[in-house]
Amino acid sequence: MNIDKRLVRKDSLEKLFDILKQNSKKIYAPVTKNGKTTFRDTASFSLVSTGYIQTTESSKDISFPRTEKLLDYSKNKEGMSVKGIDLKDIPEVILWGIRPCDAIGIGELGSIFNWDYKDEIYNNRSSKVTVFGFSCNKSDEYCFCTSVGGNPGNTEGSDILFTRMGEDGDYIAEILTEKGQAVAEIASGIFERLETADKEKFLADVPVKFNHNEISEKLDKFFESKEWVDQSLRCLGCGACAYVCPTCACFDIEDEAHGKNGSRVRCWDSCGFSHFTVHTSGHNPRDVQSARWRQRIMHKFSYMPERLSVYGCTGCGRCSRACPVDMNILEHLISIQEVTV
Amino acid sequence: MMDNLYMPYLMRIERITYEAPGVKTFMLKFVNEADEDKFSYKAGQFGEYSVYGVGESTFCIASPPTRKGYIECTFRQTGKVTNALSGCEEGSIIGFRGPYGNVFPIEEWKGKSLLFIAGGIALPPMRCVIWNALDLRENFKDVTIIYGARTVKDLVYKDELKDWELRKDVKLITTVDPGGESPDWKGEIGFVPTIVEKIAPSSKDTIAIVCGPPVMIKYTFPVLAKLGFTDENIYTTLENRMKCGFGKCGRCNVGKVYVCKDGPVFTVAQLKELPDEY
Amino acid sequence: MVDLIKKAKELIETSAVKVVIGYEEGTGNKTRALFVEKTEDADRLIFDSRCVQNLAAYITKKEIKDKGKMAIAATLPVMRSIIQLASEFQVNDSNLLVLGITPESKLVEFANLVEVETFVHQYQIEIDARNKEMLDKLEKMTQPERWKFWIDELAPCFKCYACRAACPMCYCSRCTVDFNQPQWIPVASTELGNLEWHLMRAIHLTGRCIDCDACYNACPLSIPINLLTKKMLLDAKEHFGGYQPALKGDHLMSTYKPDDKENFIQ
Repeated sequence: MNIDKRLVRKDSLEKLFDILKQNSKKIYAPVTKNGKTTFRDTASFSLVSTGYIQTTESSKDISFPRTEKLLDYSKNKEGMSVKGIDLKDIPEVILWGIRPCDAIGIGELGSIFNWDYKDEIYNNRSSKVTVFGFSCNKSDEYCFCTSVGGNPGNTEGSDILFTRMGEDGDYIAEILTEKGQAVAEIASGIFERLETADKEKFLADVPVKFNHNEISEKLDKFFESKEWVDQSLRCLGCGACAYVCPTCACFDIEDEAHGKNGSRVRCWDSCGFSHFTVHTSGHNPRDVQSARWRQRIMHKFSYMPERLSVYGCTGCGRCSRACPVDMNILEHLISIQEVTV
Repeated sequence: MMDNLYMPYLMRIERITYEAPGVKTFMLKFVNEADEDKFSYKAGQFGEYSVYGVGESTFCIASPPTRKGYIECTFRQTGKVTNALSGCEEGSIIGFRGPYGNVFPIEEWKGKSLLFIAGGIALPPMRCVIWNALDLRENFKDVTIIYGARTVKDLVYKDELKDWELRKDVKLITTVDPGGESPDWKGEIGFVPTIVEKIAPSSKDTIAIVCGPPVMIKYTFPVLAKLGFTDENIYTTLENRMKCGFGKCGRCNVGKVYVCKDGPVFTVAQLKELPDEY
Repeated sequence: MVDLIKKAKELIETSAVKVVIGYEEGTGNKTRALFVEKTEDADRLIFDSRCVQNLAAYITKKEIKDKGKMAIAATLPVMRSIIQLASEFQVNDSNLLVLGITPESKLVEFANLVEVETFVHQYQIEIDARNKEMLDKLEKMTQPERWKFWIDELAPCFKCYACRAACPMCYCSRCTVDFNQPQWIPVASTELGNLEWHLMRAIHLTGRCIDCDACYNACPLSIPINLLTKKMLLDAKEHFGGYQPALKGDHLMSTYKPDDKENFIQ
């Protein structure tokens, strides 16, 4: 469809939120607790955070919840009854305020969940999300979307993309999809006619720091490099990077029993954990942190491009911001580009 | 099944066979006939077996696709799920989802001789191919099976070993590690690679299929190479840890190769292309 | 930190140690761990008020330990951690040399861990005013209020285990939370499971935690989990006397004495 560009006045944003709420829409918006901003089911516009460069957690929790029921079972006289989750129970939601680097991540995550086997649970959840992207007017030293094919005003993955015209200005709203159109129609008065709009001049400047194609090519012959050991010395092997990442999809499947009933759940896991790949025999194919760090980078910049034709990184920089020991992915990618094999 | 990749088939345990200390075989039948009708698999594929309330565990389908109406699995009691499976009785209901993974290219082996080499609890993934081949015996020339375990007690499928021993169209060699023999043991004594070297089976028009513990595999490959087997004609299976079985959970990959999708069956030529991460 | 750089160079040059663990400038105005194995790298060593990561967490990391004898730039909390680790037989004079950094940011050299212990014992572990106030507030809550406080605070926890990874005392090769036979604590992040995990961790740290706040600083969601360990520290002090890590000291929560006033074990 043609992109419909509209004007949304800064004071209208709250009205838009309220109208959607009156139409019983579930809105996940950035909310700040303990100084950290994450997406939560939000009742009132007054709780919505603004001014963040990037939220602490990505929005992947909405389409790939950290703990998600796959099925319920109950043992009874007749034997066993098992019921998968009812996809109809998955709610329609509006994802409010995500950055273009998260919006693009929905597709990257989707490519993992649709690699030959179509994961309809993921697909259903993500199809029920209407994405309100907000372009970036500001960036920080951790941002590198432009190095992995994105940009601060990228429309990919958003249903409506809002770009603020200056620090305290009104918004350009690009209605990008039919889903976006449908939501815009609920609050049609909010989306006003726009004469001219050049959003580019309002966008953050995010310089390109490396060439992702070169990195992928290099990684193809980089498996044995000593660089992995050097880079990962200070890594303590927690899962913070994976859990804040918009495209990390590693998961575990576990049963939770309550007497004769219970459920099977899928929950986030991380390739950085030492027990992630350990066999029951005790043998561990990735038995040192350098092997696990290598897996993280290779998966995103070599395996995914080759097997799924997408990168597993959107350049949001969250992993670097969240890392308790300052493992900065951008810095490490640049040094991979620079080091001679 | 269509919308939920994680929904297992309900399976009833029809028969439990005690194989060796800690090792059992379950014969499983589909609780719902409709499931059985749409289910098909090939030799080499695996599945996720589950005890509800405990979890899922990955192992191969040990019965051949040429036998319809049931599947079998053989497992050793080692972890949380296999312990729970071990506690199940005949008639219990467990879950199974699959089949996943690639297959042994049995059709391509038509007209050739087959050499099966297995160690310990690794006979089950091979048993599926062995019976598959024996059920289509006319398609193959010589069939040789070399099977070893630590002790006589640890040999699995004892009844079938007897069957194979009696068959004129199968050459079976069983062996146990030195010290693992019983007073009435009539088979070989020695580690599998040593016995392979001693028997020296011909590599002419022959496909070798090797499954066993890593150390057995490591020392058997060079012996086969010496006997003239090319890397393309030696097959084995990798058994990395898995959760999903279909390329999403992120555990089983060896470099860019996913054991659950690209494997578990690999030739030695393919293994040599992989980084040392298994 | 000119003294530290000089000392590090000397230690590497004379092969007295294989690696010096210290801080370097990181990204985003953060500092981070540096592992000096070559003299020229020693010039990157820094020390200032931003250097709060507890470097003692690296002493038990396999990849670092395997390098050989270590020297470590150790602030007071790091020194306390080292003494506690030594009392648990995780480190000793043959594999670790402590380069102390006093609260006044002065380098102080120690010949052995006994000297480190003597130095450390000049200072008491004090809970800062802000956290003290928070603990008092929690104390005054009714039980349901306190329950709600913790359920709410721990709800965002996605179990990345950064708290455990950053903690020098969480060196177990297999943590209780990773056990699955029996599955003491649910693997997935759930309301109750999160509470169980953090309570279990706090209890395992009682009498061992030296109150460095590494867990809280590491938490990507800034969940105040350190309040749990601080509360345990105060309770242990009240019921079992003061806590000060000691090389040959009793382990506060795991030592049995025939004259213990509780008789449940007799």
